Amino acid sequence: MPIAADSTRRYASSYGERRVASYPSTQTWGRRWDDHHREAGNGSEQGTEARARGLGWFSIGLGLAQIAAPRAVARLIGVSENDETKNTMFALGLREITSGIGILSRPQASGWVWSRVGGDLMDLALLGKAMSSEDNDRGRLAAATAAVLGVTVVDFITGRDLSREGDGTERPRGGPRPGRGVHVTEAITVNRPVPEVYDFWHNFENLPRFMEHLESVQVTGEGRSHWKAKAPAGASVEWDAETVEDRPNQLISWRALPDSTVPNSGSVRFREAPGNRGTEIIVDLQYQPPGGKLASLIAKLFGEEPGQQVKSDLRRFKQVMEVGEVVHSDSSIFRGTHAAQPPEDLNEVELLGSAKHQTNFSPRQESTATTTSR
Amino acid sequence: MKATCWMGKRRVQVEEVPDPKILNAQDAIVKITSTAICGSDLHLFNGFIPTMEKGDILGHEFMGEVVEVGRGVKNLKVGDRVVVPFPISCGVCLACQAGMFSLCENSNPNAWIAEKIMGHSPAGVFGYSHMLGGFAGGQAEYARVPFADVGPLKVPDELTDEQVLFLSDIFPTGYMGAEMCDIQRGDVVAVWGAGPVGQFAIASAYLLGAEKVIAIDRFDYRLQMARERAGAWETIDYEKLDVRDALLELTGGRGPDKCIDAVGMEAHGHPGIYAYDRAKQALMLESDRPIALREAILNCRNGGIVSVIGVYGGFIDKFPMGSLMNRSLTIRSGQCHVQRYMKPLLQRVQNGEIDPSFVITHRLPLNQAPRGYDMFLNKEDHCEKVVLQA
Repeated sequence: MPIAADSTRRYASSYGERRVASYPSTQTWGRRWDDHHREAGNGSEQGTEARARGLGWFSIGLGLAQIAAPRAVARLIGVSENDETKNTMFALGLREITSGIGILSRPQASGWVWSRVGGDLMDLALLGKAMSSEDNDRGRLAAATAAVLGVTVVDFITGRDLSREGDGTERPRGGPRPGRGVHVTEAITVNRPVPEVYDFWHNFENLPRFMEHLESVQVTGEGRSHWKAKAPAGASVEWDAETVEDRPNQLISWRALPDSTVPNSGSVRFREAPGNRGTEIIVDLQYQPPGGKLASLIAKLFGEEPGQQVKSDLRRFKQVMEVGEVVHSDSSIFRGTHAAQPPEDLNEVELLGSAKHQTNFSPRQESTATTTSR
Repeated sequence: MKATCWMGKRRVQVEEVPDPKILNAQDAIVKITSTAICGSDLHLFNGFIPTMEKGDILGHEFMGEVVEVGRGVKNLKVGDRVVVPFPISCGVCLACQAGMFSLCENSNPNAWIAEKIMGHSPAGVFGYSHMLGGFAGGQAEYARVPFADVGPLKVPDELTDEQVLFLSDIFPTGYMGAEMCDIQRGDVVAVWGAGPVGQFAIASAYLLGAEKVIAIDRFDYRLQMARERAGAWETIDYEKLDVRDALLELTGGRGPDKCIDAVGMEAHGHPGIYAYDRAKQALMLESDRPIALREAILNCRNGGIVSVIGVYGGFIDKFPMGSLMNRSLTIRSGQCHVQRYMKPLLQRVQNGEIDPSFVITHRLPLNQAPRGYDMFLNKEDHCEKVVLQA
């Protein structure tokens, strides 16, 4: 009978065994990672963190009051109590609670503290608008405005301090240092041997094959390279970078030269995945986004989160390494949202990693092997 | 070409759209001869799966003739007649190499969306939301098929389209549902849902050695098909009988050894429970109505296995975890790893052990796809399975 049962059981059990085999090493890795985090803390960081936690609880308390007793809060700050006020209070309450929970639950709270700064600015704008209305109590509004201004200062200082301190993890030398602009860490496992993965990355000219925002990288000399990236509104930015450290099959780190218009640095670590699963790579990137912190916050609100971009780049890297090219769907080739329909004309769409690099396609040997063995 | 497009909740239209093009070296273009509407397409139709865009081409059960291949395709050539599995799988990642094709790590270009909802992303799927890749589907005249050497199965000419079409999804899905039950001699298996997947779960449970299979549904014609065509030993109409009482009687008070949920996120049930879950769903307090799943868990015998092949999209409420934990139940689930089952199940069709075409009740030309969706949704004219001929 069981041609099917046999074949499937073989698949299932081989997967099962591999997973069980990896548990002990995963745990060890987890413990070490945790220890790094614990050891990294120091006195001043703890002070800032306590202040951030205080702000978190304050947010939740205020938010609950705004939702549970919107009219009382409105009275307190001198705004007339009508339905519109009630709805606004409800929305503001939700925002406060979200910020509060974010600050308290995230290992790195600075983003959420910055969301409080944004909220403060929104509150100040609303209070300003309320001032212009005859119905409201201007004395109380002025007091409320002063209170919000005070909180804004505390929020700003806490956000700045948290951003400076970073999240305390150990970084490779020359890699991103905490406290400057946006910092991203992402990881992925690639089912190829470490030397192959390292070699591919080692040639920086390969990076634009999977990094969506890079137009080109040219190696210009020993440890030097010239990078060109897409900037908003069809513009592009260019800079020169130097390799800071290069440990074969372990680590590569680089940074933009000091006079660069786009200060940035990065590192990629390689290590063998347990149980013959290929290579784990961990990328750290740090950059000052054009437009600064505010621009990156706005980008985050619209879904262009840097962590997500880097993770998507890494996924494409995995595709290039495992499959031979970036994998496209009928909608992923369009910028922005598009129905899952074929393109009218291939020239109108962007085929990252394949159209530009037609000659580079190399299907993996296993592709054929897998098919014939089934 | 003509293609069936999702135009909004409860609205599909056959539209004129651009022909598919080779986008990756391992692509093939297939001229579709037969395609089907799946029960899970109704979740899209009813608007319960997030990340659909107006104009998305639907369909993930299809077969046809290869008319073009990319330069990286080795095993297929123009003219080959193939059935295409619904998960898109690269064949080289760790998941594919372990046979978990519906968990392919490389085939979902929108993995980040799925990751936000599910934690990690499964494989891309034809015509099944942007969260699962944004791939154009196969209820159309042509389709682009990525990883053409890994997925499509060449089928012999002596078998008709209707005999092999369901190797693309529902036959392997029902079969995997039964296989996950790890069926032992003497096992009584209960199957919730006598739709097409339920029918194949029933038939497959017998292929894998079940002693007795019980089918549960509310439509007489479906229960009749379960008895007469799939071979169910007993059937329970849950609108006429209490499912628990009936199962206890049929199993001597033990409960079924193995339970299969072939219903998924849009279950119906007793009016009170249905109203409760429907209301929570409408208020977005849960995305899925797990009525069949709860019933399967609560009725399964101590130490039994609950196998979930009905599709769930997001989050459920009132999950009987206490029952699952205290009674040593095992729950298994997954989108079918179709590529793993196609060849062995084709062999069973060739051996004459099963003729999957028994579920077909309606055949329509492609341009009547919207009519097919309505009939299937409303169970008009005893509709069980609609095949569209391109």
